Amino acid sequence: MSVSVTATDESPDAQTARGRPSIVRRLSRRPTTLLIWLPLLLLAVCFAYPLLQMFRLSFTDFVGSTSGVFGNYLWFLGTDTQMTILRRTFAVAGWVTLMCLILGFPYAYLMTIVGPRMRLLMVGVVLLPFWSNLVVRTFAWVILLRDSGPVQSLLHAIGIDDLRLLGNTVGVTIGATQVLLPFLILPLYAALSGIDRSLLTAAHSLGARPAVAFVKVYLPLAVPGILAGTSIVFILTLGFYFTPALLGSPRNSLVAQQIVTQVSELLAFGRGSAIAFVVLIITFVVLGLVGLVTRRYRRSFETGLDL
Amino acid sequence: MNTFKWSSSRVLLVGFCGLVGVLLMGPTLIVVPLSFTSEKSFRFPPEGWSTQWYENFFTDPNWYESALLSVRVGLAVAVLATVLGTAAAVALSTGRGAWRGPANGFMLAPMIVPGVITAVGIYYVFLNFGLTQGFWGFVLAHTVLALPFVVVAVSASLNGLDKALVTAAWSLGANRWAAFRQITLPLIAPGILTGALFAFLTSFDEAIVSLFLSGPFARTLPIQIFQSVTADIDPTIAAASTMLLATTGFFMVVLGVITVSRNRR
Amino acid sequence: MSQHGVALEISGLTKRYGDVTALAGVDLSVAPGEFITFLGPSGSGKTTTLNAIAGFIEPDEGTIDLDGRSITGVPPWKRDIGVVFQNYSLFPHMKVSSNVAFPLRQRRVPKREMAKKVDEVLEIVGLSHLADRYPRQLSGGQQQRVALARALVFGPKLLLLDEPLGALDKRLREGLQLEIKRIHREVGVTFVFVTHDQDEALVMSDRIAVFNEGHLEQVATSQELYEHPETLFAAQFLGDSNVIHGTLESRGDRHALRVGDRAFEVMDPRGAAPGSEAAIMIRPEDLVVRPVDRESPVDHDGKTTPAEVTEVIYLGGRRRIVLSALGQEFIADEMSSVHDHKPGDSVVVTWSMGQARLVSTD
Repeated sequence: MSVSVTATDESPDAQTARGRPSIVRRLSRRPTTLLIWLPLLLLAVCFAYPLLQMFRLSFTDFVGSTSGVFGNYLWFLGTDTQMTILRRTFAVAGWVTLMCLILGFPYAYLMTIVGPRMRLLMVGVVLLPFWSNLVVRTFAWVILLRDSGPVQSLLHAIGIDDLRLLGNTVGVTIGATQVLLPFLILPLYAALSGIDRSLLTAAHSLGARPAVAFVKVYLPLAVPGILAGTSIVFILTLGFYFTPALLGSPRNSLVAQQIVTQVSELLAFGRGSAIAFVVLIITFVVLGLVGLVTRRYRRSFETGLDL
Repeated sequence: MNTFKWSSSRVLLVGFCGLVGVLLMGPTLIVVPLSFTSEKSFRFPPEGWSTQWYENFFTDPNWYESALLSVRVGLAVAVLATVLGTAAAVALSTGRGAWRGPANGFMLAPMIVPGVITAVGIYYVFLNFGLTQGFWGFVLAHTVLALPFVVVAVSASLNGLDKALVTAAWSLGANRWAAFRQITLPLIAPGILTGALFAFLTSFDEAIVSLFLSGPFARTLPIQIFQSVTADIDPTIAAASTMLLATTGFFMVVLGVITVSRNRR
Repeated sequence: MSQHGVALEISGLTKRYGDVTALAGVDLSVAPGEFITFLGPSGSGKTTTLNAIAGFIEPDEGTIDLDGRSITGVPPWKRDIGVVFQNYSLFPHMKVSSNVAFPLRQRRVPKREMAKKVDEVLEIVGLSHLADRYPRQLSGGQQQRVALARALVFGPKLLLLDEPLGALDKRLREGLQLEIKRIHREVGVTFVFVTHDQDEALVMSDRIAVFNEGHLEQVATSQELYEHPETLFAAQFLGDSNVIHGTLESRGDRHALRVGDRAFEVMDPRGAAPGSEAAIMIRPEDLVVRPVDRESPVDHDGKTTPAEVTEVIYLGGRRRIVLSALGQEFIADEMSSVHDHKPGDSVVVTWSMGQARLVSTD
């Protein structure tokens, strides 16, 4: 019975198919492709359109005496206080990146040489901060770094008294390092676990001392992973708002705070957008450079091995 | 796997990594004991214990309403982002042609653009649409940010799916939709569930876009915490943080269980 | 079954992927209830043809008729063609019984009838006791039989099997080959079987269609194909063969293949023009190897050549002698060892004229 039903169903299909495939048929060939339009529409309206609006505003929306198409960009790049903020942001991002590398590299390295159970525990410890909200963890640092907090008591006990940890870039660097450490450790671990450790053994057997073998054989192979991890941390620090807002002070503000201040306090959307686009461009430049360097590095390595 | 051998440098390494571990966990967990303090201060360690800050949380409308809003937004985002993200992942995996690369890149872009920049753009547009300080504004904005995570999770599942199973279902009489419903969907369900949890967590933890969209009439829990920190010293913040931690932790454990059971399959 | 006496009719089937021609005009008729095998190396077009029949790909040109009705452009789910896949493609989240019931559910078969049909077909493949297992709890051979049951349960007009035994080890393959033959006899459905394994093709098929570079070389019964291959490719792909290349010469009724200063007689030039390039093919078991010395000198009668033994291989029931002659390698299989050959021996290789087949070389 079912066979006869399908048989009548298929005859019109079979007849249209004798000619060239109709447009309707061509469209219905992969109807699942049409599914992409709804999510694309959402992203277009709630992501691409806002960014385009900001781009427009950065050239058209002016406050005070600023004018001219590039007025907002010239204002940002030409104002000393703004440049100080940008330089400070870069400095903090650099310090945070360095601290993350110093703390994260040994950790990621240890993860590659311990047994599976220990590794699971170490992964758990790295992932634990993700359970917690960024605001909450920054709040925890407020408590820890306060003048009457545990860290200060510890410093007091060892004789350091007049080191202020809150309300300046020191606190911001400490907080941001802790928040961003997982973002360095995880990609670095992924890269390091791909390195063939038998190369180290080979280097030992050829007479290299362990430290020499590590520096000459292991570290060069780890460079792509280090670049991946550090660039993520650097970029994320550039966009940080809550950490400097809670651990820093308005006098020591970073560029993200400046964007928020311009937009939500001064309603200077043009200026805020201009700063945002400078940061966005820096982000893409950093990502592009790292991609370029990594590719160059890999290639030189491959040809180097041919020698 | 070669077994771990101890040496003096290894002892140093393990000790250092132990300290890094404390650094990673300490600030995350310190809010838990603080939330049970008996005094109105953040003295650490606390001198006495009580649950009064939890009581305060559930009686002060500022706190419980923001928590309720966060949960409602999170659930709506989980549904919306999961449906849209799954649709996108399916289209990307079954489609052919040059459009896939750019479309995929566009789908993942909200992960790359710094949050503060997305936030300003969304704030400006939503101001014009009248979507600030409201449920749907939060939902739409968070869905944009959660979408990439769903696409990634579901795409991973689809890549692991044997395409021949779908072809087999066609040959056995199932049309595209029937094959999708009976074969593809059940087999990628773990990926979809993972995506949904990620979407919920993304929304539940999101702060920077919420900061712009929040106002006196509507603020999410992270923003309520942020504003309390800057305003007054009140251990209710610690209680709220602990509950945030517990909620996220719960979902993380669920995620872990899904991952483990999927690997075992 | 069909009033045409043809179950499947393929004509002019062509498929191109960019610059690559996967199928270049394939024509083929399959009779109802026939067991036909598509044989060829990978990339020869056999699987492309199967995918076109199943409706998984659309041909650029040509038509496919099933039971006298064109199925070109009909989606796979409306074709009523059963397919057994190389890796079984059982649905991992369904029990064996649900897997087998799947095609019936799509056809909205009533529950009672569905259960009956599932039981019947599981009986046929001998897996009734495993109905409640999940695919991953079954062995490869059992999974293959479930796939077979699933593809047969809805009474398909045609069953396509795409290298169904490729993933199994040799002993299991041989058992399942006979099993599939038995099921074919029992259900009477037309089977199209794709394989790259010549022995499998010889064992199983009513007819074999030899594919090469997107076209059909020859369609014939196993015996015909083995004994009378039409092309060099067919000769070499099916079974072992010795091939001598040369130029065809004809004098009246007598034909010969010239190779340097030698001429080998052939019985039937098969329409090949004198002066054209051709080859003769002799099966290893048709070569007789004799010691060169005592009894007979080397006679140049057109079906003999001197040779040197390079290797003797023991193959269980027979011996394979590898020889060097005419500047190339020959192989001869002997069932019983009349003469004891050693590497380095000078020998004479002889065959009968009827066993030297002329094949086209293009």
